[in-house]
Amino acid sequence: MRSIRAAATGAVTLSLVLAATACGGGSSSGGGSDDSPKTLTYWASNQGASVAVDKQVLQPELDKFQKQTGIKVKLEVVPWSDLLNRILTATTSGQGPDVLNIGNTWSASLQATGALLPWDAKNFAEIGGKDRFADTALGSTGAAGKDPAAVPLYSFAYALYYNKKIFADAGIAKPPATWGELVADGKKIQAEGKSALGAEGSNPSENIHHVFVFAKQHGADFFTAGGKPDFTGPKVVEAVKSYVDLMAKDKVIPTGDAEYAQNQSVSDFAKGRQAMLLWQSAAANLKSQGMSEDAYGIAPVPVISGTPGSGTQVDSAVMGINLAVFKNTHNLDGATRFVRFMTSDAEQKILNTAYSSIPPVKSAQEDAAFATPATAVLKNTLATSAAALPQVASESQFETAVGTAVKDLFADAAAGRTVTTDSVKAALQKAQQQMPAA
Amino acid sequence: MTTTAFKEPVRQETPGAAAREPHRRTGRLRRVSLPYLLLLPALLLELLVHLVPMAIGIVMSFKELTQFYIRDWSTAPWSGLGNYKVSVDFDAPVGNALLHSFFVTVAFTLLSVGLCWLIGTAAAIFMQDTFRGRGLLRALFLVPYALPVYAAVVTWVFMFQHDNGLVNHVLHDQLHLTGKPSFWLIGDNSFYALLTVSVWKGWPFAFLIVMAGLQNIPKELYEAAALDGAGMWQQIRRITLPSLRPVNQVLILVLFLWTFNDFNTPYVLFGKSAPEAADLISVHIYQASFVTWNFGTGSAMSVLLLLFLLVVTGLYLLFTSRGRRASADV
Repeated sequence: MRSIRAAATGAVTLSLVLAATACGGGSSSGGGSDDSPKTLTYWASNQGASVAVDKQVLQPELDKFQKQTGIKVKLEVVPWSDLLNRILTATTSGQGPDVLNIGNTWSASLQATGALLPWDAKNFAEIGGKDRFADTALGSTGAAGKDPAAVPLYSFAYALYYNKKIFADAGIAKPPATWGELVADGKKIQAEGKSALGAEGSNPSENIHHVFVFAKQHGADFFTAGGKPDFTGPKVVEAVKSYVDLMAKDKVIPTGDAEYAQNQSVSDFAKGRQAMLLWQSAAANLKSQGMSEDAYGIAPVPVISGTPGSGTQVDSAVMGINLAVFKNTHNLDGATRFVRFMTSDAEQKILNTAYSSIPPVKSAQEDAAFATPATAVLKNTLATSAAALPQVASESQFETAVGTAVKDLFADAAAGRTVTTDSVKAALQKAQQQMPAA
Repeated sequence: MTTTAFKEPVRQETPGAAAREPHRRTGRLRRVSLPYLLLLPALLLELLVHLVPMAIGIVMSFKELTQFYIRDWSTAPWSGLGNYKVSVDFDAPVGNALLHSFFVTVAFTLLSVGLCWLIGTAAAIFMQDTFRGRGLLRALFLVPYALPVYAAVVTWVFMFQHDNGLVNHVLHDQLHLTGKPSFWLIGDNSFYALLTVSVWKGWPFAFLIVMAGLQNIPKELYEAAALDGAGMWQQIRRITLPSLRPVNQVLILVLFLWTFNDFNTPYVLFGKSAPEAADLISVHIYQASFVTWNFGTGSAMSVLLLLFLLVVTGLYLLFTSRGRRASADV
């Protein structure tokens, strides 16, 4: 009898506990507060060769912040494959970090959720003012006409990395400046038994970064001025076809790269199997894979003709990482102080050196650490010939839809199927139909 | 047929009975409520883990839930049957893609379940005979089932790679069965890659269940059949398979549900954007919800999938139970 009574009591207690825990949790729609002034949770994106490397880079800086402010920062490095889902889950549940890294191309999409703290004049004043940041970097912080949803933290630009020895063996004196030259050089390199150019054909995000630039160079845009998707215009189709043709027609990208999605093309380049790589700020990545800095050269991404610049001479998307604060943070003051710390000149120098990126803070950019020839190319690209990806709410969906269409076109090319203007248009038409109404 | 009414014995009132009545009533109440109290934690857990999320999902399917409302999904505007109309409009891209994904999933499920059952049954029958090393072989057969799915499928990803994969090395370099190395993780062959992995990790379960079922078939049946001159095939057809029918009915239903809803295998094999040839419905719905951020449409697709599986499962159980009754009446 006693044991039955105990079981019943236990069951009721357990039920009450379950009910209580189910009732817990934060509000997803609440505003920020200063309820937990001594702690912060920070989700950092995986920037280094591994999560462990990132922890090694970031933890000393977070300890420094704790020493200065008394605020303990709990760090979690989130792999790219999980980051967007984690942010969405945190947005829905209200159980997220206080501060987080976001890909700068997601800014407008995440801004639309209303989960991120808007950086109005008052908030910017807390971190030293908006004018501390480079305009190109600020151009990828949210939709035009709205307060930025995040603050630039690291800036990247695409460049052409080329293997000096392979170029010399093929009798090529300088890196290609136009796509025509790249194809011609590629043929010479292939004649020497090496692979010419690498690509991540199965990675929708990589595909988007490249076709965006090709579209710019063809005088096309994926969105109308009103923010509506426009993927099937003749110039967009021509631009996407030009990129896929590097594998399908020109054959300078090996068909095997059609299934690459895990940075295998970077490994191929680092191991000397491939002569050229179009990548964003690859120095740290190449170094971690054992490639010495004097083994490769760095040049601007080719254009159709002439030299990189604005308009149809754009040769890179403005890439980078932004730092955002969740609107419902329990340590609003601490989060703001943390952003100020991370965007300070000293920290910008340390962090951007570690990740071989460019500081988006103008005063930090002037530091000698970012005056090397390799960095000069990236800095110059960001300053003069990079353009921001469309700052529209459906940008994330655009990356998936068009990036996947390019992936499928690469798969066709790899399988030996002809990639025609019609097949490219059909793939882009399908992508456009999957987009939400603007 | 007659029934006997149960008569309650007439109770003799005794002094003090009126005072004991509340106690008795409390005791009866305790006896009646105890099972429910003990069931309460399980019921609450079931509510929290399954029923409440399912109900929320159904509500979401009637809302225009996009990124603009996920912060507080209850504020999303109602769309009535809009999400369902979009999902089943097979002339429009969303519905057309869903229908294609559905057909791919049906074909994949039928082939995978069929092959898993066939290989599992064949292996179980083969393992009935005693021979040296049977225990070791049995343990080896169960390895794919015991391995963590993620680790196993990642290994397959490496094996299926175009340039350095073991599959192309064997098929192309060693056996010269293909003119050039094939692509398995993109394009049309991705369906066969997915099927291979699914069967590889699914058949040991069928093997385990069938092996358990075989233990219940009396040996005398086989001995009698052998005396009557029945060969191995006849014994399998006339004794083994009919005796395994109840086991197979459950096994095939479970395999069907697992395979139809399989998310891990295609997701680990192909990532977020599976090739069209291997676009299973579980990943397709995930894409609609979490990649293109149309959570309302994704919820509607999930509800449609749930209804389909309920109908199929219901019909399957109906027919199989009829079959069981029919064979029992013979």
